[in-house]
Amino acid sequence: MTSGVVPHACGTDDWQPVCRVAELEVERGATALVHGQAIAIFRTHDDTVYALGNHDPFARASVLARGIVGTRGDVPFVASPMHKHAFDLRSGRCLDDEHVSVPAYDVRVVEGVVLVGHRKSDAA
Amino acid sequence: MTHLRRTLVVAGNGMVGHRFVQAAVERGLTETYDVVVVGEEPRPAYDRVALTSFFAAGSADELSLLPEGSYDDPRVRLVLGTTVTGLDRDARTVSLSDGDVLAYDALVLATGAAPFVPPVPGRELDGCFVYRTIEDLEAIRDASITATRGVVIGGGLLGLEAANALVQLGLETHVVEMAPRLMPVQLDDGGGAALVRHIEKLGVTVHTGEATRAITGDGRVQALETADGVIDTDVVVFSAGIRPRDQLARDAGLEVAERGGVLVDEQCRTSDARVFAIGECAAPGGRMYGLVAPGYAMAEVVVDALLDGPGAFTGADMSTKLKLLGVDVASFGDAFAGAEGALELVYADAVAGVYKKLVVTEDGTRLLGGILVGDASAYGVLRPMVASGIALPANPEELILPARVSTGSANGRGGVAMPDEAQVCSCNDVTKGEILAAAEQETTTRAGSTCGSCKPMVKTLIEDYYAGQGKVVDRGLCEHFALTRQELFDLVAVHGYRRFDDLVEAHGRGRGCDVCKPAIASILASQFNGHVLSEDTSALQDTNDAYLANIQRNGTYSVVPRIPGGEIAPEKLIVIGEVARDFGLYTKITGGQRIDLFGARMEELPAIWRRLVDAGFESGHAYGKSLRTVKSCVGSTWCRYGVQDSTGLAIRLELRYRGLRSPHKLKGGVSGCARECAEARGKDFGVIATEKGWNLYVGGNGGANPAHARLLAGDLDTETLVRYLDRFLMYYVRTADRLQRTAAWIDSLDGGLDRVREVVVDDSLGLGAELEDAMARHVGSYFDEWRATVEDPDKLARFVSFVNAPGTPDPNISFGTERGQIRPEVAGEPVVLGSTIPVGAP
Repeated sequence: MTSGVVPHACGTDDWQPVCRVAELEVERGATALVHGQAIAIFRTHDDTVYALGNHDPFARASVLARGIVGTRGDVPFVASPMHKHAFDLRSGRCLDDEHVSVPAYDVRVVEGVVLVGHRKSDAA
Repeated sequence: MTHLRRTLVVAGNGMVGHRFVQAAVERGLTETYDVVVVGEEPRPAYDRVALTSFFAAGSADELSLLPEGSYDDPRVRLVLGTTVTGLDRDARTVSLSDGDVLAYDALVLATGAAPFVPPVPGRELDGCFVYRTIEDLEAIRDASITATRGVVIGGGLLGLEAANALVQLGLETHVVEMAPRLMPVQLDDGGGAALVRHIEKLGVTVHTGEATRAITGDGRVQALETADGVIDTDVVVFSAGIRPRDQLARDAGLEVAERGGVLVDEQCRTSDARVFAIGECAAPGGRMYGLVAPGYAMAEVVVDALLDGPGAFTGADMSTKLKLLGVDVASFGDAFAGAEGALELVYADAVAGVYKKLVVTEDGTRLLGGILVGDASAYGVLRPMVASGIALPANPEELILPARVSTGSANGRGGVAMPDEAQVCSCNDVTKGEILAAAEQETTTRAGSTCGSCKPMVKTLIEDYYAGQGKVVDRGLCEHFALTRQELFDLVAVHGYRRFDDLVEAHGRGRGCDVCKPAIASILASQFNGHVLSEDTSALQDTNDAYLANIQRNGTYSVVPRIPGGEIAPEKLIVIGEVARDFGLYTKITGGQRIDLFGARMEELPAIWRRLVDAGFESGHAYGKSLRTVKSCVGSTWCRYGVQDSTGLAIRLELRYRGLRSPHKLKGGVSGCARECAEARGKDFGVIATEKGWNLYVGGNGGANPAHARLLAGDLDTETLVRYLDRFLMYYVRTADRLQRTAAWIDSLDGGLDRVREVVVDDSLGLGAELEDAMARHVGSYFDEWRATVEDPDKLARFVSFVNAPGTPDPNISFGTERGQIRPEVAGEPVVLGSTIPVGAP
């Protein structure tokens, strides 16, 4: 399963394998270390996989992967475990404060393996 | 502009005097004035309106408006047990009963009123009382011990309150009223008659149209003679009205009103510009106001005047709504149809004892006033209609017809049609416009904080406001469930749902959120007591439950092993010390008599807990909305004052209710004597030892809105105590809203604590056995969830720093040291590890 738009021509070296989809709990996050950074990986109920920076800019702590995953309307989101700020899993936008966002990363699933790619552009 | 500080003396620390000082502090008057408050009574201001509840509350503290004992401003000095005895306006000083003389730049008289005792022969006999202060009530209570009968002289508002007090003290009670009906100032004959029917059902004998001729007895009261006969009695309470206490002003040559009271202008200024008078001792425009709301308004006006503001007191809404002996009574506006051409619409149900009257203009378009007895639920809608002058609906009678008779929906929601100037809360003078402005700015008003009668109206206004903003105001949990927590609880009980997915598919929509998921996790845990990290529920758990520890600001966790009742043997204490040392944790003693270990990285939690479990510790559930601790003093085992084994009971209760998932955290306390060293009344359930057993208090908490627990039942043996607690806790778990602590839950119940007592003690719903069974199931199915976690590799899988680098600690977490222990260092930006750190592959 693939989520997000596959970015223009990126080589396989840019895609970091992190874990198997089966290892991810549904509607819960896990943290991965990608290019030296903590990345929060989420698997939603429809088995789509998303990746955001793990750092909560409000609480200034690396915790987003430990939040509760759900939906607001049609938007899949994670609520930070610190002060419940909600972030759109697709874009990293904060749903409670339009001026704030966290990085969102491209994700591919190839043969059951989750690959994390480049940071998405902020066009989302 | 002078830099010299000025002095403001306030004579009187009753409700109005207190409100004045509060407003003075809040509005910055103490920036220029030092305030000295002189109160005659031995304690600071208390809620005289709720005086009757003194017997139920059992202590004066319960009624206090200043439980801290002093004002939260060092520039306010409170002098109690002292009377202002003299006023020298030329020297600008007041003299006090303790001999002190105070100079003032401004003086506020808030000396209140004194009960009026009619000149009846025999009024000085032992057994005659007035009804005004806590001391009066204490004296009546002491006299009631040997008495069997009591008579209240006066059938007005206060007289009926006094009668209520005598009924509560177990006396055969009579009320003697000179006027032809009860509450002659507020009610007409129809309303008075309905009230008599209710009151006589409670065993109170009402004598209207009877003047008291004499009280007879040999040193002590034995009988009361009226024109119509003789009533044998042991106690007489005078409640025949009040008189302003204006003697100080009279002696100082200030102008007083013809019928008493210090004459003041619209700024509440007396004939001396430096002296003000407020509350019952004042007579603005020559008229005295014997209610607290106008007094509060006067207090605000004087603060305003001292700040050179434009405030003016131009009269007050004398509307009244209260519960007298359990009967709703309200009177508002032109209740006696005094206006020319006014028409009356009356609904009366003699069987139910309901009487409702509306007074409308001749053309039927506007409401002028009304009287409600037996059912005053429409008051919140009707009274603002008078104040605002808005047009009545086409069929105004629908406003007072019972719901089943009424055809329209006028009864209940009239909020939005009101103009913004309409006053909603008359106690605190808050208008509809101010409430809506506060809703918009997400601030607060004082509406509903005094008598509470406008709360339904405020709720309606707020709901309508949000509905108008396009926001859904269902009482549902969140956008995924249009159901309350209690409704969800019942659905789970009836259908046996065990999974969020089944529940959301059948009764909700979407995939849930951080509001509904933990609430449902809690409901499932309360009913089935499975492991919170089981496959079906682990994704629902809130932050702390998800890792069975308390997350801290830098993303690390704190660990709290259970120490029941705060009792711990040295060997276990040493284990905690060793674990803290070996894992480099910061330790601190908690308020719940246990030890908190901070700074554990998520991936360290299993190893820490393996050590603790092996040493015989179990989860303390500090992370859960569940029972935390039952705090105790050492009790009769060690303490020379103790009368029961409080530590033993606390341990028993903590072990009984440990692991019980509830709408919010739960705390308990047990004290071994009335000294209350365990602070049990600051807990959701508090037990205090008596010579005969245990008193059980409920609904206390600390935090932002501290509440004292209130007495649910007294002198219980231990088994009855546990049974009541089982019922109380399960009733709370079943019916409270999410994140609603017991104090707020009790307040939210129709009937409040009385309702809880009916269900828990009297078993009025017949739920007792069911609630006890539910608790027995919980107790029987308890297991230590940390032990179960360290023994289950599947549950341990999530306790890793990085799925692809489980051996690498999160570089975002770092510590400094402070006072010899670690402390978190908070990084502003995410930390990036150097590329030399290997990144694992799947």
